[in-house]
Amino acid sequence: MNKQVELKNHQQEIFNFRLRLFIGIGFVSLLLGTLLARFVYLQVMRHDYYHTLAEKNRISIMPIVPNRGLILDRNGVVLAHNYSGYTLEITPSKVVNLQATIDDLARLVDIAPRDRKRFRKLQAESHDFETLMIRSRLSDDEVARFAAQQYRFPGVEIKARLFREYPYSDKTSHLLGYIGRINEADVDRLEENESAANYRGTDYIGKTGLEQYYEHELHGTTGIEQVEVDSAGRAVRILSRTPPVSGNTLVLSIDAKLQEIAEQAFGEYRGALVAIDPANGEVLAFVSRPGYDPSLFVDGIDADSWKTLNDSPDHPLNNRVLRGQYPSGSTIKPFMALAGLYYNIRSPSQTISDPGFYTLSGSSHHYRDWKKGGHGTVDLFKSIVISCDTYYYGLAVDLGIDNIFDFLTRFGFGKKTGIDLEGETSGLLPSQEWKMKRFRQKWYTGDTVSVGIGQGYSLLTPLQLAAATATLANDGVGYRPHLVREVRNSATLEARRLENKPTSDLKLDAAHLELVKRAMVAVTQPGGTASQASAGAPYTIAGKTGTAQVVGIKQGEKYDASKLDERHRDHAWFMAFAPAEKPRIAVVVLAENGGHGGGTAAPIARKVMDYYLLGKVPPVEPKDLPQAVQAASGVSAASGVPEVEAD
Amino acid sequence: MNRRQLWQRFIAHLDFPLLAGMCLLMLASLLTLYSAGEHNFDRVLAQGGNILVAFCCLWVVANLPLHYLMRTAVPIYVLGMLLLIGVALFGEISHGARRWLNIGVATIQPSELMKIGVPLMMAWYFEKHEASLTMKNYVVAALLLLMPVGLIARQPDLGTALLISASGFYVLFLAGLSWRVMGGLFVTAVASAPVMWSMLHDYQRHRIEMLLDPSKDALGKGYHTIQGMIAVGSGGVFGKGYLNGTQTHLDFLPERTTDFIFAVYSEEFGLIGNLILLAMYFFVIARGFVITANASTYFTRLMAGSITLTFATYAFVNMGMVSGILPIVGVPLPLVSYGGTSMLTLLLGFGMLMSIQTHMKLVKS
Repeated sequence: MNKQVELKNHQQEIFNFRLRLFIGIGFVSLLLGTLLARFVYLQVMRHDYYHTLAEKNRISIMPIVPNRGLILDRNGVVLAHNYSGYTLEITPSKVVNLQATIDDLARLVDIAPRDRKRFRKLQAESHDFETLMIRSRLSDDEVARFAAQQYRFPGVEIKARLFREYPYSDKTSHLLGYIGRINEADVDRLEENESAANYRGTDYIGKTGLEQYYEHELHGTTGIEQVEVDSAGRAVRILSRTPPVSGNTLVLSIDAKLQEIAEQAFGEYRGALVAIDPANGEVLAFVSRPGYDPSLFVDGIDADSWKTLNDSPDHPLNNRVLRGQYPSGSTIKPFMALAGLYYNIRSPSQTISDPGFYTLSGSSHHYRDWKKGGHGTVDLFKSIVISCDTYYYGLAVDLGIDNIFDFLTRFGFGKKTGIDLEGETSGLLPSQEWKMKRFRQKWYTGDTVSVGIGQGYSLLTPLQLAAATATLANDGVGYRPHLVREVRNSATLEARRLENKPTSDLKLDAAHLELVKRAMVAVTQPGGTASQASAGAPYTIAGKTGTAQVVGIKQGEKYDASKLDERHRDHAWFMAFAPAEKPRIAVVVLAENGGHGGGTAAPIARKVMDYYLLGKVPPVEPKDLPQAVQAASGVSAASGVPEVEAD
Repeated sequence: MNRRQLWQRFIAHLDFPLLAGMCLLMLASLLTLYSAGEHNFDRVLAQGGNILVAFCCLWVVANLPLHYLMRTAVPIYVLGMLLLIGVALFGEISHGARRWLNIGVATIQPSELMKIGVPLMMAWYFEKHEASLTMKNYVVAALLLLMPVGLIARQPDLGTALLISASGFYVLFLAGLSWRVMGGLFVTAVASAPVMWSMLHDYQRHRIEMLLDPSKDALGKGYHTIQGMIAVGSGGVFGKGYLNGTQTHLDFLPERTTDFIFAVYSEEFGLIGNLILLAMYFFVIARGFVITANASTYFTRLMAGSITLTFATYAFVNMGMVSGILPIVGVPLPLVSYGGTSMLTLLLGFGMLMSIQTHMKLVKS
């Protein structure tokens, strides 16, 4: 009986299951039936309509590429613009013998080996049905010659295109960056942020610099044109048109003339310069030397030029302002002095006696001062003026690495400044935690000593030092350095000012600031390390020189620039702000292998400040390399008297 | 053992009607890929490789006795859940979604695993509690379904989440979920649609809007729908002929070897070709239903039914999407679209069907 119930249940269950399975079959049939109905609708009832669309008069949706936004300096000087020019373009799929066609074309228009190489590279990256550029910027003559012969070249056409041009070329290359052909990685990124549709028809995208960072402002909105095209692809008539919206104009805080003067002031030196308005963080000049010609990249760079740029020992592609990481050298000393006052480790009147070296208790190692024999009795004021190393060795040890790390972090060392450019590096501000992570070693007091004079593990970028200098100039109120002042809508001409609020207030004691600033002014007065470069200035400069070691000097040896390979010579630093009482400009200069800050870096800063504060344009000098070499060896070119110099 | 016996061993657990249907569809795949890939054998060969690898897996699964199959349910499900949680925590972001997990040697997409793992787990659970099914069991099974679906929807991968929901729902349905509950769920779903709409990501809303009016975004997502419909519609009754699709060869069609391969097929083979393709699918699905109806245990019935219905759903969703009656969700056309992962998942499912069919036969005899 029981068994029968179970059996019955089982049968009932099987019945229920099969019932549901039949419903499932019905459901699937319904789905397939729906599809069938849809196919009949599309392929039979609407066939003529779609056939027309596909075959006879295909409706083609043509994107209308918007004009890229302009980039202007603070005075409206054009730094990047578009100009229309003619290009010669080939659609490989429509050409029978590509090589022969190009050879034929070369008889009509000038086609350099570089153009051929670039074309081959383009071809490898694109589909055959895309039109690819073989020559850009055709002359009117060439256009006329080709037009007369065009019938011989099916699949080859002349197109009018807009080109991006950077009038200041290598002088603004690290600032503006460049645009280049959209590659696969760009496509992925565009798809990721759902803007691929807006780039239909667009060939170029910002690759580096401001062109990259402000791509979303500069690109604009693509327009749409619905055209009827015949089977040969010729447009028969326009059905509807949504006009494109041009990209917005960027107005920079950069002063193009100032930038140019700074560039020239470098002469043959490699290096970096940043000038900032301390009152709002606006970057006035942004120089990384050497630069490169951005137009090489716009059309797609050929392998040879790329190799030349990439392999050059001068590293022209390296953005030194943003990514160059250098030991700060003595430019860290004003900040260390502030830290000593802030933590009450040193009082203004406290003095040390400097024998020319520093030793840790219980060690015989000599941490040497740059001046043999020492500076005698040194207080905080004098320590900045003459850049006394011994003073800062002791100060660093007394502060301890934790306090140094905390205080310097607040000035922005060891972290990105947040400037409106991609790819900034954060430098390195060492801490106990960092050393443990990096070397699995605890921090020794010996490590702290050299941090006091900006050597050892610590590294910073010229931009970081410039931002910190501006914060110091502005009495501890810091701004995020930024390059774009306002974005101007291309259609409404409405200007949108970018936000400009202080990002930090260090709440420093006014008396401490006054003392350190006074000492920095003395640096530029007779007896200071930068007196030569500041002589005769009608405004007061607060500054500090620095020298960053490229190669270490062994215990007991002496640094002698003339014996060293040029690229192993010290880097020269100069940080300054002026007028010291009410600073309007803060400048940081790094001259690679420039030797002493006072001799090479300070004169560059002086020219920049003279122009910005006085409107003085320096006379165009002949290449002043001999003078620079003399300066590097510690002998002033003008007087022949050894100048007071640090480190 | 001679060669003949070896061959007998090899084919013992293959189901020939099913295999025949699959092979026809794969043949259609290779033919269409040749056309879609601009007469290039690369894609065809690569797809051949995918098929070969997937077939080896099918053979292994088909030869596994059923109790082995059941035993894999919990480990696969648990592994899948762990991987999904891993994705949520450490997954790699690509195309705005967090779907991939880097396990050192390769990046994997755990949601693929769950396409099999979820119905397997649910069928296993119902088998465990077969003797005394109460409402509670359905709730637990629904939770087994909703946990992975929730994680996948969050990635966000709404398409896969919906498809896995469907395969899980089929298990619930075949396990006898009462009509009243299903009715209630349906009403709730309709009522909560506006709430769901507000929870969708922008791009998901965009896709549904495009379905209603593709011309609104003619350069973007609507472009796919418009071009797909033009390809299908212009194919007409007889098609434009193999290798002669203008939409395909003038490059108007996007993703024409993967999600939009049906547009290529349909343009070149027309309504007649579509009928043949539908017939092939119907044949495979019908064989799946026969296997389901004959399945001996509760677990195998549920599993076979879910695999078959899910397969049918995939085919419907893809063709519906290309012909413009469903929104664009990234679902390949089963057995036809190019792609190794989906081929593998599908053939694993078919391996299970074959195991269910052939091992049951052995039990009977």
